[in-house]
Amino acid sequence: MSTIQPTVPRTDLAEAAPKKRRSGLGTDRPNWPLTAILIVCSLAVIVPLLVTVNMSLKTTAQAVDGSAFTLPSPFSLQGFAEAWQLTNFPRGLAISAFITLVAVVGEIVISSLAAFAIVRNWDRRLFRWSFFYLLAAMFIPFPVVALPQVKLTGIVGLDNPIGVAILHIVFALAFNTLLFTAFLRSIPLSLEESMRVDGATTWQVFTRLIFPLLAPMSATVGIFAFLGSWNDFMMPSLITTNPELQTLPVLQQMFQTQFSNNYNIAFASYLMAMAPAIVVYILTQKWVISGLTQGAVKS
Amino acid sequence: MSVQTSTAGRRRESRAPATARSAAPASAARRRRRVDPIYYAFLFPALAVFTLAITLPAVIGFFYSFTNSVGFGDFEFIGLRNYIALFRDPNILQAYLFTLGFALVTVILANVLAFALAVALTSRIRFRTTLRTIFVIPMVISGIIIAFVFKFLFANSLPAAGQALGIGVLSESILANENLAWIGIVIVTAWSTIPGAMLIYIAGLVTIPDELYEAAAIDGASGWQRLQRITLPMVSGFILINTILGFKGYLNAYDVIVGLTDGGPGTATTSIAMSIFKGFTGGDYGYQMANAAVFFVITVILAGIQLRLTAGKASFGA
Repeated sequence: MSTIQPTVPRTDLAEAAPKKRRSGLGTDRPNWPLTAILIVCSLAVIVPLLVTVNMSLKTTAQAVDGSAFTLPSPFSLQGFAEAWQLTNFPRGLAISAFITLVAVVGEIVISSLAAFAIVRNWDRRLFRWSFFYLLAAMFIPFPVVALPQVKLTGIVGLDNPIGVAILHIVFALAFNTLLFTAFLRSIPLSLEESMRVDGATTWQVFTRLIFPLLAPMSATVGIFAFLGSWNDFMMPSLITTNPELQTLPVLQQMFQTQFSNNYNIAFASYLMAMAPAIVVYILTQKWVISGLTQGAVKS
Repeated sequence: MSVQTSTAGRRRESRAPATARSAAPASAARRRRRVDPIYYAFLFPALAVFTLAITLPAVIGFFYSFTNSVGFGDFEFIGLRNYIALFRDPNILQAYLFTLGFALVTVILANVLAFALAVALTSRIRFRTTLRTIFVIPMVISGIIIAFVFKFLFANSLPAAGQALGIGVLSESILANENLAWIGIVIVTAWSTIPGAMLIYIAGLVTIPDELYEAAAIDGASGWQRLQRITLPMVSGFILINTILGFKGYLNAYDVIVGLTDGGPGTATTSIAMSIFKGFTGGDYGYQMANAAVFFVITVILAGIQLRLTAGKASFGA
């Protein structure tokens, strides 16, 4: 589960940050010592990833000694081939992608609909109370309700990826509804009212006006949903009973004993499980960072 | 469940007037308006999944916390005996102590580093975009997978370095040492959660007007004084929210620990979540539900503190 969800006043970081000057105050000279320190610090992020790549390219015979910093000789893709087969990577990828897709779409649709209903009927007690009821989920961590949940999902036949996706949606509901309601309150009613005068139904107002206006918030919700679902280990490992329907992170744990000291296979497997999210992030990073930073409530 | 039935009731009573309403001018309709029934349909999915997936299990779990259920078959009510036993159970106490201590150390370490990185990344440096891209990467990597990578480093590379440098403590895996294993967990957890906190701090830092720093510079304030007198007070709300969010998150620690130590050596790094999940296999379902209820109370207390402290400041979520 994602542990930290940034919720901050809306600021377009990508635009605002470069305009700032802090320690180089009064001069336009870049602060080279600080840059150097940051580059050294960035090794803390880069080295574990390089080790992963490095180990995955070794042969089993070379990897077995467990030395992380010797270069592969010869280069070998054997680890990838074996990891692909052993963990049935395509199936794991498909299941992770399925859960993530359902969670992303479900979180955006269900939360935005609920937020719209709540904000437009705030004068009604039922909607106000529903809001606080949904918000209560922020105080209920998954471990608290996990045991009965696992029993219930088993009874109703949801001890599978669909059940996992539903739980991802539910546990993000409070946060997402909060984001959407905050954003909706800042949208003026006049547009909506003129649409209604022209005879638009509530459904048309939502689909043609509100939902498109919510796009930036939907992007933020979608990014969090993607990261939360794609990387989650706790829920799929407890909810899904059939090991053949497990997600990529859970597969890495299930195959720990089979990986054993075949570090090249293990790391090739880790790399294949990590890579999709990293590639998506690198390709869309400007968008992702502003989405992550974009926040809930205008103070 | 009661919310849903009242939804259905309201839906019936308000159907007829709502159709008339769309013809009326919007402002008049808003004064004594009827709710368009479709709004109930909009709200219903959220309430339904929430009630079935959270409220219902929470109620069931609370019920079982007063029983001696092993997860199936017959059970009896045993009153508060589970709760009393919890406070005398050394394993449970250790899990709470470990988790609270771990959360405290991690929240301090992660926030200090995240804040320092945020200040540095909003300074006048080269390669800003590239560096920021790199520092956010841990956020997109699964906690358990990076834990496996670090487990390898802790088990192989660190001891090799320790032996080469002649440092006795480091010459074997710190994860196998029951007094040191928690350090590995703190490092990996901080590694993967720093970016989230860092982005919040960056968002806070960019809202500080440049003029403040310029004025301070003219007055001859040193870099350290500017940090102390301007930056820290201006982002105090962000520090607060990061601390509370982080602490609440770390209390749920599970993925990284499963990857690194699986609660060991022995039970030295068993977190609260892990101890609750033993209810699946340990034949003490009712007992662990009492554990979950206690954990819930702690979370609610933290949430109460959060609402108290952040009320009045910008209304943050989560």
